[in-house]
Amino acid sequence: MKKTVEIRWHGRGGQGAKTAALMLADAAFKTGKHVQGFPEYGPERMGAPITAYNRISDETIRVHSNIYDPDYVVVVDETLLDSVDVTMGLKPEGAIIINTAKSPEEVKPFLKGYEGGVYTLDAREISEKTLGKYFPNSPMLAAVVAISRVMEKEDFFREMELSYQHKFAKKPEVIEGNMKALHMAYEEVE
Amino acid sequence: MAIRERLSGNEAISYAIKQVNPDVMPAFPITPSTEIPQYVANYIANGEMDTEFIPVESEHSSMSATVGASAAGARALTATSSCGMALMWEELYVAASNRLPLALCLVNRALSGPININCDHSDSMGARDTGFIQIYAENNQEVYDNFVQAYRISEHEDVMLPIMICQDGFITSHAVENIELLEDDKVKKFVGEYNPENYLLNSKQPMAVGPYAVSNYYMETKMAQNAAMENAKQVILDVGKEYGQLSGRTYGFFEEYRLGDADYAIVIIGSAAGTSKDAIDALREQGMKAGLLKIRVFRPFPDEEIAAALKHCKAVAIMDRCEGFRGKGGPLGAEVKAALYDHAKDVKAFNLIYGLGGRDFTVEEAERIYKDLEAYDKEGRDFEEYRYVGLRG
Repeated sequence: MKKTVEIRWHGRGGQGAKTAALMLADAAFKTGKHVQGFPEYGPERMGAPITAYNRISDETIRVHSNIYDPDYVVVVDETLLDSVDVTMGLKPEGAIIINTAKSPEEVKPFLKGYEGGVYTLDAREISEKTLGKYFPNSPMLAAVVAISRVMEKEDFFREMELSYQHKFAKKPEVIEGNMKALHMAYEEVE
Repeated sequence: MAIRERLSGNEAISYAIKQVNPDVMPAFPITPSTEIPQYVANYIANGEMDTEFIPVESEHSSMSATVGASAAGARALTATSSCGMALMWEELYVAASNRLPLALCLVNRALSGPININCDHSDSMGARDTGFIQIYAENNQEVYDNFVQAYRISEHEDVMLPIMICQDGFITSHAVENIELLEDDKVKKFVGEYNPENYLLNSKQPMAVGPYAVSNYYMETKMAQNAAMENAKQVILDVGKEYGQLSGRTYGFFEEYRLGDADYAIVIIGSAAGTSKDAIDALREQGMKAGLLKIRVFRPFPDEEIAAALKHCKAVAIMDRCEGFRGKGGPLGAEVKAALYDHAKDVKAFNLIYGLGGRDFTVEEAERIYKDLEAYDKEGRDFEEYRYVGLRG
């Protein structure tokens, strides 16, 4: 892994992009990494575009600015492709991962000529199949771990299961669905 | 053995509050400090601490109730940001002049208007002359460490002043980062019990708190407050050193980062210091002697010590995350320049305004400032005495 991996999340308020960034920070922390997970707030309201960030490193992280040249970008809501310059600053040796039913070839025309890796995942389908509801953030979290390799697959699933057991202590019935969503997303991201 | 964790700044200070377990916490929510009373209320509801939490209807009331609790003899605190602090203005002076060692957890946020929820230091800088001790943090670790030290400083018999523990809104308050926590018993032992000498609920020694002071007394009261603030300097150093023995992290008035042999220095407060350190390392690799002085304690102001740390520098950029509207810069600029005038006249210092209302401060921006200082020094290029950085192009 290079010195510090930087990830930028694009979502809409209420979709859990910030939560996903914090969950990623959590899981990476537990595998011994130095982490940052933080949101960037504009006017807070449901549906407004929001950005969240991750830094993951083997060394202490001191910088406290937003991320302008990310290694990876995650787009939790594909309708943002029309209005937000999601590939801005994205490193060509990096990748973008988009929540959409479309194929990478179909979304490329919206990415302003971005030459790095383009991956898509139908997080809606996975979420509805495994959870019966639309929570795109867990599948997208698994997808970015699969693509970026910021941690080992086994470590990721182990830590996520522990984290869900803690988070959903009062409704354990949703743990299995969330884990299924992670596994499906990890395998299906293309 | 320290506990390795990952917490946001608001979680970190709330965890420290839980460990200290003060007597009373009145609070009213305001972004970005809302999570602090929220987490504390959760800890109380879960039976993890027994602080009396008082939900109030405004910040005027939260500080009033904190003042009341502290005067009664309790260890008290509240939390706020921005306009919330503006609404407690009157009580800030009441707390300090009545020599109440209460704590205020401030999550720095811009003041309206235009209305803005993001970080700058205009709230606490506006309150710099209220008589509160002010301590700032670069990251979550320092927020935690500073709160654990807070009552040891404020309640010291030579001090007895309220204390403000500041952190950058969102940038640290809402950012999850690695942190090392101390065990509960270590924190409790370090902080100790509060046994005030004089307090309202002491029936054996009836007293008045906050009576009218005629002109015969008012001025001496202020002088006594200032003497206490001067005393706080030694206490802050002693507590910071003792905390170092406990945690491995020693604290003073400020941190010097690669400053000892630096030609060019930035003086800065808060989270932007970490960003500047990355810039310094990059510039050092290119051969520039860049350094940093990060202010931790702004009240009392360690003027002689700052001047001594900067006296060998060829050019210094003093960074204010707050506008002073004097047409010449912000409060940190004014005070550091005054310190240099008194103790190190030859150092050329500039005052830069950055980061207002959450405007991002980047490694590249910090590098540019150092390069501008070098160009001024080596090539005689112009460097305005006072200017803004990070404006939109």
